[in-house]
Amino acid sequence: MSTLLAISRRELNAYFSTPLAYVFIVIFLALAGATTFYFGGFFQRGQADLAAFFSFHPWLYVFLIPAVGMRLWAEERKSGTIELLMTLPVSTTEAVLGKFVAAWFFTGIALLMTFPIWITVNYLGSPDNGVIFAGYVGSFLMAGAFLAIGSFVSALTRNQVIAFVISAAACFLFMMSGLEPVQSAFRGWASAFVVDLVASLSFLTHFDAITKGVFDLRDFIYLSSVIGVFLFANVVVVDLKKGS
Amino acid sequence: MSTMLEIQGLTKQFGQFTAVEDVSFSVGSGEVLGFLGPNGSGKSTTMKMVTGFLSPTSGTALVCGNDVTRDPITVKRHIGYLPEGAPLYEDMSPAGLFGFVANVRGLSGAARRLAIDHAVTKLQLDEVYNQQIGTLSKGFKRRVGLAQAILHDPDVLILDEPTDGLDPNQKHQVRELIAEMSADKAIVISTHVLEEVDAVCSRAIVIARGKKIADGTPTDLERRSGYYNSVSVHLHPEHIEGLRGALSGMNDISGIEVGNSDGVLAQVTVMSREGATIVEAVNTRIRENGISVEQLYVERGRLDDVFRQITSDGGAR
Repeated sequence: MSTLLAISRRELNAYFSTPLAYVFIVIFLALAGATTFYFGGFFQRGQADLAAFFSFHPWLYVFLIPAVGMRLWAEERKSGTIELLMTLPVSTTEAVLGKFVAAWFFTGIALLMTFPIWITVNYLGSPDNGVIFAGYVGSFLMAGAFLAIGSFVSALTRNQVIAFVISAAACFLFMMSGLEPVQSAFRGWASAFVVDLVASLSFLTHFDAITKGVFDLRDFIYLSSVIGVFLFANVVVVDLKKGS
Repeated sequence: MSTMLEIQGLTKQFGQFTAVEDVSFSVGSGEVLGFLGPNGSGKSTTMKMVTGFLSPTSGTALVCGNDVTRDPITVKRHIGYLPEGAPLYEDMSPAGLFGFVANVRGLSGAARRLAIDHAVTKLQLDEVYNQQIGTLSKGFKRRVGLAQAILHDPDVLILDEPTDGLDPNQKHQVRELIAEMSADKAIVISTHVLEEVDAVCSRAIVIARGKKIADGTPTDLERRSGYYNSVSVHLHPEHIEGLRGALSGMNDISGIEVGNSDGVLAQVTVMSREGATIVEAVNTRIRENGISVEQLYVERGRLDDVFRQITSDGGAR
């Protein structure tokens, strides 16, 4: 456990030792605000809730989270420091988890810094804060799922740009699988069961449910298992690729 | 002398290519083993397997009795490792890096402070302690890498080309450091700088195309050189013919090589047959024939010569 924490701390410091952390937080906050007020019509809706705020998170995450995840392993492999790290008394699982926890914690910080919007909505009306809390939990979990994909892809390549593009594309597909373009592509030839299966893989479907304040265990299990599966794959890939 | 590192039939294949083939040796406490070989001969791959970075195709390494394929974490605790090129987290300072390594190695409190202080003092890193590693010179980076490797006072120290890219003073420092630490550790250093072997190693292993082709003390290796126990003579070029005449008929001499001449003095090497001691006999003949000689000394054998000889002829002995 202390090993995992040591790795996480180093990784978190690495984010803040480059402009990446600050750029990420500023852009995330600016976009989150802009989408809420302009596209989400926060004021026009006249409702005391944060649906307008949360509904754009998946779209922000699709290209912002891969930017957080892209360096996790690609940079280690490119600079050769993976040899330094993996010859310390550290298991691959500890290394993968330590890095993931740091990156996830970092996105958590960014997410928490959106608190003014919560204050705003509480000032303007009396929202159901339970639903808002659920929204934050759901958003954080979804960020974790995107990040697990990003971390996994990052281990596949030495090139951070490639890692970014591929994980953004992968996250996009995961998200879109519940929407009409993908659904109609399947509906033509696949059975209803397959269509439903593809839809059930969609981040959006599960995320929407959580942000509406519906605490369905299945949504949590879904997002947690995406994290679990991709981190497991991440461990396998690091073991396979570290020497190459 | 107890065995601290034992390598048993280590083999690594990358697809069809065999990078390391059935390499076995052991290193005891107090020994400094020089691991020699041309570039691409499998030195680094062997070291990566010993340190648990790569898993061997077959064979294994025991570090203080622990098998690296079964219990890599314990093995890694006993090893200090400087990877080839000394990769470091460039956006950290030495302070941050040593702190991280100490944390991962489970050092805390006073022991942690002491270990870091010790390593920083040993490698004279005070002045750059809080600078970003990416901005440091090559020599400093290498020393940061070395400090990181000795931080936890490991039983086995594995250094992949520790002096590569250092200036002569820094090389000297690193060699002194290695000699100093060797008393209670088993140290393996890989190098293709042969003078290093003479300078610090108590034993040398030569590896070529993934196979071990020689194992012995530096003197053992020198003995394989055609020049071992040869006698070099410096004299006026006009006396060379006289020298040839004087030495003719000696059984232990396999030939006479005339080297460079600067017009005043020429260097002549009298080759010894199979390393026999010829200096006395040569000296006597020279005196008996009244040849005037400026300088006369015994060759120790040239390591680079041996190195070239045994690594280029397909590994034949």
